[in-house]
Order: sequence, then structure tokens, then C-alpha cells
Amino acid sequence: MAQVVLTLADDISTDVIYPGRFMATVLPSETPQFAFADYEINARLKSGQIAPGSAIVAGANFGCGSSREQAASTLKGHELIVVAKGFARIFLQNSANLGLRTIICPDIEASVGDELEFTPAEVVNKTTGKRFEIVPLPKARQDIIDAGGLIAYTRKRLLEARGAA
Amino acid sequence: MGMTIVQKILARAAGRSEVAVGEVVEPAVDLAMSHENGALVMNQFFEVFKGTGLEPTVWDPSKIAIILDHRVPAESAKTATNQKKIREFVAKQGITKFHDIRGDQGGICHQILPEHGYTRPGQVIVGTDSHTTSHGAVGAFSFGIGATEMAGVWALGRIFNVEVPATIKVVVNGVLPEGVLPKDLILHLIGSISAEGANFQVIEFHGRGVTSMPLSGRLTICNMSVEAGATSGIVPADAETERYLREEAGVTDPLDMVAPDADAEYSRVIEIDAASLAPQIACPHTVDRVRPVDQVAGVKVHQIVIGSCTNGRLDDLEVAARILKGRRVANGVRMLIFPASWRIYREALRRGMLAELVDAGAVVMNPGCGCCLGVHQGALGDGEVALSTTNRNFKGRMGNPNAEVYLCSPAVAAASALTGVITDPR
Repeated sequence: MAQVVLTLADDISTDVIYPGRFMATVLPSETPQFAFADYEINARLKSGQIAPGSAIVAGANFGCGSSREQAASTLKGHELIVVAKGFARIFLQNSANLGLRTIICPDIEASVGDELEFTPAEVVNKTTGKRFEIVPLPKARQDIIDAGGLIAYTRKRLLEARGAA
Repeated sequence: MGMTIVQKILARAAGRSEVAVGEVVEPAVDLAMSHENGALVMNQFFEVFKGTGLEPTVWDPSKIAIILDHRVPAESAKTATNQKKIREFVAKQGITKFHDIRGDQGGICHQILPEHGYTRPGQVIVGTDSHTTSHGAVGAFSFGIGATEMAGVWALGRIFNVEVPATIKVVVNGVLPEGVLPKDLILHLIGSISAEGANFQVIEFHGRGVTSMPLSGRLTICNMSVEAGATSGIVPADAETERYLREEAGVTDPLDMVAPDADAEYSRVIEIDAASLAPQIACPHTVDRVRPVDQVAGVKVHQIVIGSCTNGRLDDLEVAARILKGRRVANGVRMLIFPASWRIYREALRRGMLAELVDAGAVVMNPGCGCCLGVHQGALGDGEVALSTTNRNFKGRMGNPNAEVYLCSPAVAAASALTGVITDPR
């Protein structure tokens, strides 16, 4: 079960998720402090008031804009789950690469405080009793997730390519 | 069944005779570009090699480009240290396409790549920057990726698990009228199909409005294709592409002038009548809130910005200098100009444009990205409004979530600098 801690409109950009002025900070171990830096939720994230496994529910085109991987690593650092009506391409790929859980759910309806449950095919809003269909991730991204993220996947491929030498 | 440009490029790069939309391929990469976020790519690259017993060496140092442009010269010790680590890595790995903070070779990555002839028609280009879509201007398939993905490219020279994207065909009939620029065309398109209208797809540009457009304008429209969500924009290589690469970029190798098949299949065809277009403005805080200039004319502005990977080229500076020459930037307005590269800066200097702009009251900054994304100079105060030729107006983009950014062409920006309010340049 995941509690909804933040609901967002369409077209939330990576500048909102991780403002450009913090981009000199690059390491996944350091980026979580700047998640939604200009918004109230930042303080709650930093003070540990938001439990790992909590959900953000967003509209269409979540993560549009910059390719900055910090936008995915900053949310991954708090182990948030992002349920959105849709995602921008690079953000979705970065999330798969880093292991940030993303769920494409075009009809999702949820409010802050609602409890969500995820089945392979549906998001169930336990608070309202409504169920919403999940669109499976593109195969190309699921392969990376199944391998445990892109670092692990690349390492395996590297050993296949160079290991024999 | 015929193929689009991106299908042809991916088929070639994946060693196949043809590929279908939606198929997963692993294309070989011809050019891999990073900037300051190369510091993160390095970190992930070393992570990949950890525990393998293998020496961390890149697959081909001649195919990696690193351009320092986002925070130049460094604004903080942290950035300076990242840049120092990148220099050490470049030297150790023998990376040749490295552009440091220097007046004889530096600039913004999306200008450096074409002007040095690194980008060619038919290539697969990836960059750890979303505006890598720019290089479709020369007929390449060029798209933005994350740093961890780039680490994989550095290690193996391939990009894993790419789904062959569908293509939207945009046909621009007629030519742009006087005072209407390529920026207006792309803003109009983004406004009409929305910020996610081309998500996971490629936009192929056709028609006389595009074939008659100089390569500088093609870079503008491909650059901003990502603001409609596109994986890449592509302009089929033609005589102008060849002229640019031969005459301006000094390329002498044979060129692969890849063109789409006549019976290629498109997900959508959009026709635009260039002659009917007016100057366009993208209003805060999304790039698809686009209005013709007359609907927003009169909005007071505090800062005007001309420059960036979108509109910092010689043609753009020339438009601005022509409008500002012998006149004065309005009181209460700060006008910032940052050319897209030092080569452009030097040429604008030689032609007297920079003097005309400075005499009018503009501040000419060094080439770089900092102001556009609010990381280095040109930040906005609370409640202030910027009018900018850059590519994004997201909340907080220019360093302040309590400010507003409008996007426009260099002609609108220059005309508005004279009046202090958003102004139609015609």
C-alpha cells in the first residue's frame, strides 16, 4: 500500500522536480536533498516525514524538459513511486535506468492521503474504491528494470563483450 | 514498405536492411556528447566497471565529445572541481573532441558540434542534454539520454534497447514572411500539437519553408522539437546541409545524404502555411502556451535575453543588431546577449555587431548556457518578467520560481528591448 503524498498537474518539468541551480550536485547519494526544492514537500522529505514507498500522483507528460538524471535520482533517493497519466521520454528512461518506480495510469484519480494498491494490471485507490488500468512500460524499459537497473545491465553486457579477452 | 529517415538510420546503425516502428534495436553510436554532466557520466562509467577486473577505458575516444558550457567560467568551487575531473578524464582517455573554456574553441555544445563538422547526415548521435535534438538539422538521428545511459555508450559504443520511433511529418508550405523567423515556426508548431504532442516520436520537417531555411534556422526548429516531446527533429539533408558542412564546418569526407522513401509511413502529417504565420510568444510557464504576438503585446519586461543553443547564432545576432543599431535599450530593461560559440562571438565582433549592441545598452556575455537554465548569471528577481530567445519557460527556469519567462524570436526580443514591453517587430 502506498499513501499519496503529493498530487501534481500536467507538464511537471524537471526544473520543478530538480531545479537547474542544483545541477552541480550530481551524485545519487547527494541529490535527494533537492527534490522539489522550491516546494513545501521538500522540507517534509528531508525531515523524514514521508515514508519510503509513498506515491506522487501526476498528470500527463511528467518529467518533461531537461535530460538531467538528477530528477530521477532525487526521487529514487526517497524511494517514491510516481504514478502519472503519462511521462516524458527521457525521464521515463532515466527512471528505469536508476530503478525509480514509475506507473503509467492514464485515468488515475487520487487525492493526497489516499491509499493506493498496485496490481500488475491496475492501480486500486483503496480510499475511493476506484480501479484504474495500468499501461505496461515499453518493453525496452522493462528489460532494464528486470536486470536490476542499467548499471547492472551494462556491466553484464560489458563482461560479455570484453570479459573473454 | 518505405522507411522514414530515422528508420533508415537505425537500420544502418543496427546492421539491418530494414527496421519497423516499435521494434527494439541496439544501434551503434557515431557521436556521444556530454557537457559538465560528464562528471556524473564518469561516476556511472566507473560504477559499471566496478568488480569486473577490467580497465575502465572508453570504446572509442574519437567518437566522444565533451564541451564545457553550462557554467563557464565556473561559478563555484564545486563546478570547477567537476570541470577539473573532466579534464583529467579527457586527457587519460585520449578524448579528442574536447572543448574547454577558451575563446579560440569554446561555446555551447549544440553549436560546437555542427560548426566543427562533428555532426553529419545519417549519424546516430546521443547527448546527455535534451536539446541534442538540434543535430537533426544536418539529417542525423540525434537525441537526449541520461548520464547512466551515456556511461553504457562510453563503455560499449551502443545504445541499448531503442524502440524505433514513429515519425510525424511536418510540411511547411511557402516561405516565412519578413519579420517572422524559424523560432516563430517552431513555437507555432509546439503550441498547436502541445508539449507532449510528439512524445516518443520523431518530427521530420519538409516543404519549401524548410528547404529555403538556412542551417542556423534548422538548428532552431530541431532544437525545440523536444519541447513538443519529440525524441528528435530531423531535416532531410540537402544542398544547404552540404553547403554548411563544406563551407562553414570544413568537412571534406563523403556525406551520406539519407532521405526518406516516398512511400514512408508517418503517424501523422501536419501542414503549415508559412505565409500566414505571425511572430509567436510562448507564455509562462509551459512552452506550449503559445500566442501570436499581438495577443500579448504590451506586457512589461525587465530582462531581455538573446542567445543560447536555440537562437545565439550569427543570423540571430544580426537581426538584433539591425534593430538596435543607433538606438537605445529602454530604461529599466536589462538586455543580455550570449552568442552560441566563441567563433560566432569573434565573427560578430569583427563585423561590428557586438559594438552596436553594447552601444545600445546591451550586455554581451560569454557563450554558455548558464542564464537559460538559471545556474550562472542573469537570474531574475521576484515578480520580474523576462522575454527570451531561449527554449524553456518552466517555473523556476531562470533561477527564480517567483518570476516569469516569455519565449520569442530574436526580432521580437530586440524590438521589445527598445520599448520595454512585448512588441511586434514588423
